[in-house]
Amino acid sequence: MSYEPSNNMNRLNQLFATKGNNLLSIYYTAGYPELNSTLDIAEALEKAGVDFLEIGFPYSDPVADGPTIQNSSQQALDSGMTLKVLFEQLKDLRKRISIPILLMGYVNPIMQYGVERFCKQAAEVGVDGVIVPDLPIYEYETIYAKYFKGNNLSNIFLITPQTSPDRISKIDDLSNSFIYLLSSSSITGGSLNVSDSIEAYYTRVKAMNLKNPTIIGFGISDNATFTKACQYANGAIVGSKFVKLLEEDNYLEKIPAFVQSIRPIY
Amino acid sequence: MKYGVNEQGYYGDFGGAYVPEMLYPNVEELRQQYLTILNDPDFKAEFNQLLKDYVGRPSPLYYAKRYSEKYGANIFLKREDLNHTGSHKINNAIGQILLAQRLGKKRIIAETGAGQHGVATATVCALKGIECVVYMGEVDMERQAPNVARMKMLGAKVVPAMSGSRTLKDATNEALRDWIANPVDTHYIIGSVVGPYPYPDMVARFQSIISFETKKQLFEHTGKELPEYVMACVGGGSNAMGMFYHFLDDESVRLIAVEAAGKGVNSGHSAATTFLGKEGVLHGSRTILMQTEDGQVVEPYSISAGLDYPGIGPQHAHLYKIKRAEYASVTDDEALQAGLLCCQLEGIIPAIESAHALAQLEKMKFKKDDNVVICLSGRGDKDLNTYIKYFNY
Ligand SMILES: Cc1ncc(COP(=O)(O)O)c(C=O)c1O
Repeated sequence: MSYEPSNNMNRLNQLFATKGNNLLSIYYTAGYPELNSTLDIAEALEKAGVDFLEIGFPYSDPVADGPTIQNSSQQALDSGMTLKVLFEQLKDLRKRISIPILLMGYVNPIMQYGVERFCKQAAEVGVDGVIVPDLPIYEYETIYAKYFKGNNLSNIFLITPQTSPDRISKIDDLSNSFIYLLSSSSITGGSLNVSDSIEAYYTRVKAMNLKNPTIIGFGISDNATFTKACQYANGAIVGSKFVKLLEEDNYLEKIPAFVQSIRPIY
Repeated sequence: MKYGVNEQGYYGDFGGAYVPEMLYPNVEELRQQYLTILNDPDFKAEFNQLLKDYVGRPSPLYYAKRYSEKYGANIFLKREDLNHTGSHKINNAIGQILLAQRLGKKRIIAETGAGQHGVATATVCALKGIECVVYMGEVDMERQAPNVARMKMLGAKVVPAMSGSRTLKDATNEALRDWIANPVDTHYIIGSVVGPYPYPDMVARFQSIISFETKKQLFEHTGKELPEYVMACVGGGSNAMGMFYHFLDDESVRLIAVEAAGKGVNSGHSAATTFLGKEGVLHGSRTILMQTEDGQVVEPYSISAGLDYPGIGPQHAHLYKIKRAEYASVTDDEALQAGLLCCQLEGIIPAIESAHALAQLEKMKFKKDDNVVICLSGRGDKDLNTYIKYFNY
């Protein structure tokens, strides 16, 4: 299976057009556990049936991340991971992997690399979208959007239980593939806690009938939390729990069972 | 104000609010409310009353006679070291606790480097009976142990920051993470003119009392409001911004900011941000920071925990870029020698942070009638161990 983006539909748009629910995405940090493990992990995840991937490029001061992803980021940096190295590694991305790929990371490394150069190279290697948690809407609209759009890269925005309805509408307008729904206001690596107020938040967002699909992330760690999330959104993202698996020996061989444990295929 | 912040939160190319969406509502609430609250007569009255009766303001502007003889100019020390809790940090902490109360917040978090801001925050939380959690790098907890004990006595919980260099930048990361997880009931009292807009402007306003008083006091001493020079040390830059604030538009006043060079600007162990940094984003604002080519934040070094920070506030980055202020740097050795000289010439044991500003006196060329004001941002009690070790007392 291989599809090329066309008519401004990138792979993400095509995925959402063809498959509307129970989508599973996995986050992991590029260059971790080994500098050159990035693509091998992607390949194993695709084979295991994951729908799309978020590849994190590491940053020294990841304020939105908990200890697991902080640690993987620091180790990746210590091994020599940089954006330059990552784009080098991703040169063969589309020879080996056909599912949509997002890059996720903080704004300062992009700024130093040059946003124009970053977007151009991301598009060249076949990346479909970018998640930059600390890039504000104002700066996105005034500076970044033209490069993202010019390279057919989707920018993924986050919303939290505290995001106001007006702002959710604005984010929906600015988005063109999906919206990342945080399960709670927390850093990565917490646990999904479906309290009444969180349930009310999911229901509130669902009732807004947004034009973009939603994917729930932060705290998704097993089949129960994945299934719960999929009741309210089009799918869910597993991050820290997967990064923890990468700490183990023979992690590549364990990937199919891991994916099966989150979203069993019977 | 010509050098003030614009509506988007920028000073020229610097500032803004680069925060993840989780922090957006907190920062936006502050942005919408801070000016209204700060301009409220009731707020002003309580702020001024506490500064007077609790902090002990106005802090004296002291004519340092023996310094003046040594350096051949009229040297004045703005005595922030005489404030309650021993530094300028209390000015901001008082302002922010009153703001937090008016926002209905029930819990306070803060980061601290030297522990002065942590102590100031723990103090105002005790004053108001509000829960207080202070993040402090593990390395700083060791080198500023007396301040850790003070915070605990004042009822604060001190949480060690164990990531990265385990100093001020990491304590700031941990405080931001706490705020993400506690978005509704918690206010984050940032200790310097750093962070996302509106913090740099808000903290500068609270610290501007320093230059406000200085103008009047200098007039009483000299018959002139404006000195030739104003000098201060820069970690994040709050005492310097407070010292510069009411002189910014008086272009005849030369503003000298002193950064920590550590073991030397080019030694690989330094915190001299304008010398070593480049433009980028740190802790929520676009500013100048020390970083690798790949945009990773470089771990700074200074013997002074309060200056051991890889960035400066965005307004400083602006004043540096447009050359309204001059940025100098002073090494550990120079600062410690200057600290000892201050003890021996003026009978004042300065904080090592403040000693950086004093050390810059050695490098200046003054004219005889120049009036020079130096912000003595804090007292040296917390640094006795460092002084004792260095000079073998
Ligand atoms: C006495 C003293 N001076 C200066 C500083 C540096 O901070 P800022 O640059 O914000 O004034 C500190 C910070 O802890 C301090 O304790």
